[in-house]
Amino acid sequence: MESRRDFLKVAATGALALGAQSKLGFARILDQHAAAGKSRVVIARDAALHGTGAQPDEKRVSALLDRAIAAYTGREHPAEAWKRIVPANLVSEGKVIGLKINGLGGKGICTHQALVMAVAERLQQIGVKPGNIVIWDQNDHFLEACGFTINTNPSHIRCYSRDQAGFEDQQESWGTARIRITKILTRECAMVINMPILKDHSMAGVTFAMKNMYGVVDRPQDLHASGCNPGVADLNCIPVIREKVHFTIGDAMTSVYDGGPGFHPERLWQPNALMVGEDRVALDQIAWQMIERKRAEVGMPTLTAAGRPPRYIATAADQAHNLGVNDPQRIHLMEV
Amino acid sequence: MMIVAAVASTGCKKKGSDPFPASGAVAGWEKTAETRTFAAKNLSDYIDGDAEQYISAGVISTSTSDYKYQGQLEATVDVHTMSDPAGARKILETGVTSDAKRIAVGDECVQYAQSITFRKGTRLVRIVAYESTADGPQALLALAHGVEAKL
Repeated sequence: MESRRDFLKVAATGALALGAQSKLGFARILDQHAAAGKSRVVIARDAALHGTGAQPDEKRVSALLDRAIAAYTGREHPAEAWKRIVPANLVSEGKVIGLKINGLGGKGICTHQALVMAVAERLQQIGVKPGNIVIWDQNDHFLEACGFTINTNPSHIRCYSRDQAGFEDQQESWGTARIRITKILTRECAMVINMPILKDHSMAGVTFAMKNMYGVVDRPQDLHASGCNPGVADLNCIPVIREKVHFTIGDAMTSVYDGGPGFHPERLWQPNALMVGEDRVALDQIAWQMIERKRAEVGMPTLTAAGRPPRYIATAADQAHNLGVNDPQRIHLMEV
Repeated sequence: MMIVAAVASTGCKKKGSDPFPASGAVAGWEKTAETRTFAAKNLSDYIDGDAEQYISAGVISTSTSDYKYQGQLEATVDVHTMSDPAGARKILETGVTSDAKRIAVGDECVQYAQSITFRKGTRLVRIVAYESTADGPQALLALAHGVEAKL
């Protein structure tokens, strides 16, 4: 238990005294906070994640993932922790778990392969068969940019794109969103773990949990008007997205604080962090704060001053959308 | 090769000619992927929300290909064809920060440790390397000159 006390620090609004808590006590406090209506977000960091190389160390990525999931679930053992993320019936019934990554920024700024494979490894350890894991994104180039090889052979972890799977014929709509959804989400996957990468975005301000759903639909370009507001919020209200994509493991190991969503090495930064949670709005709110802190550190104007505040976050939290909370007082942020 | 040489010597190049140097055309650089081209209406398939700023600046099409230097340093070359030189200038100037180094390539060029962006006429070229290496800036500059020569 010493290790947990060593790494756990409650930040922001949580204000919990965890120093003497046992493992079970820790889980109980988390449950109490959930009951109190606070959304949990965990940020796990490892300053030595990258060492001297451009890519993070694979073992450290895996350890960081375990730390994040342990803190989120209150279960130290990875298998026990993951059983609280993935419902047991999905595993026993052989359902497919999707990992929606983000390779749009190309090789330099995409969801790290090491993280995706670490998640796939943990899923297999709780009984998910390799062929029941699908790594996917918008198109084959994005997947290949992340270092993956396209594979549809069900005896291995599968990896294929939205474009390859095709779209439902029927259009879905919610608010301004009029879209067709990839069959990977509607037919293949019973649950999707959202795996975005934290980036500045030239129109939306910030792209992270909710914006990653643009890769799910046939015409994401139609949702970019007015700084992607209310496009992002409306899209995430589409029932199949809201219901199946309910856990996010966000890659904030590398990020761009300006010039995104493309790769701009001169604006690259290594927060060396993972962000996990179920509340997509709370995750995006915290992600926004991270980007703003970095921009302030390098003397850049705020996103609001730059004319592109991520207004879609507040929209997603409003009564009509009700996708989560953006009020910092209602977010229990744990930094471990 | 004779035809290329003849065209180059007259300064009259075929509009829309391939601006991507072939493997070995620039010392140490190998072209590692097929060229992909996106019309303005499909540009978001390649660069998502970034497409809007190019569209508002009058982009007609964007072509891209990957390269590798001495088998190690990976880079991507994007060539944007704009409707007029002002569009290329607008995009280039939008992203420039104070630490950019101005160098002589095309009509205007800025270089950072891992990237070079230059414009020439209606073309805007961005070359980005995925690692920072000691010889990277010089290698990127050579590749930029190679692309410039084909515009």
